[in-house]
Amino acid sequence: MRGKVIPQNEMKLVIPSRSANESFARAAVAAFMAQLDPTVEEMTDIKTAVSEAVTNCIVHAYRDTIGKIWIEAGIYDDGRIVVQIKDKGCGIPDVAQARQPLFTTGGSERAGLGFAVMESFTDRMTVRSAVGKGTTVTLEKRVAQRYRHDG
Amino acid sequence: MPVMPVIFETSDCELTALLQGEIDHHTAAELREEIDRAVDILKPEVLVLDFSRVGFMDSSGIGLIMGRFQNVRSYGGSLRVANPPPTVARMMRLAGMGRLGVL
Repeated sequence: MRGKVIPQNEMKLVIPSRSANESFARAAVAAFMAQLDPTVEEMTDIKTAVSEAVTNCIVHAYRDTIGKIWIEAGIYDDGRIVVQIKDKGCGIPDVAQARQPLFTTGGSERAGLGFAVMESFTDRMTVRSAVGKGTTVTLEKRVAQRYRHDG
Repeated sequence: MPVMPVIFETSDCELTALLQGEIDHHTAAELREEIDRAVDILKPEVLVLDFSRVGFMDSSGIGLIMGRFQNVRSYGGSLRVANPPPTVARMMRLAGMGRLGVL
């Protein structure tokens, strides 16, 4: 058992579900994450996972409407970054099915790989969803500590 | 609004689309239109998607490739993916694109 670990630093971002914000969201999280001194590859992994999660909000959660997307990120002393992407959209009726690679309700131009990519590019991904209420995706990744920053 | 640029080159029966910048759900929509317009006019035997200048790609890029693959196949053409940087190649492997024979 461990108590609640306080993040070393944290950020919150609220954006409307416009597709132009996909690049902004991933760039903002990447810029915040830079404090952990990640490698380019680690940064790309988080950018990709955040891009997938935000795209899901735009394409699925708020399919025919514009809603708010809440992004919260925290970095921890042990080198972890935890990013939460939350919407109050339509929700996912069957999360296990949605997490299956190649499953999509997004039409022929969507590969159905979003959750598979998030899972593959992070150390841990959790999905909480309720139909009609929304979805929260939590992404966690540990960045190798090449040298420690103090302060 | 910035539009992701794509530069086209033709040689013999090949059409090369040199993609530039970041590919996500937002930019993929514009790229799809540009590429499909060129393909519909030229009907190339081989469509080459050159990723050498792509700095970022999420799974929207896989959807973009799959859609173009089906488009050129519908008239008997084929598609080839050229010069993917390591992170883009990793996304393609995760998507199992090796099986399509386009890499």
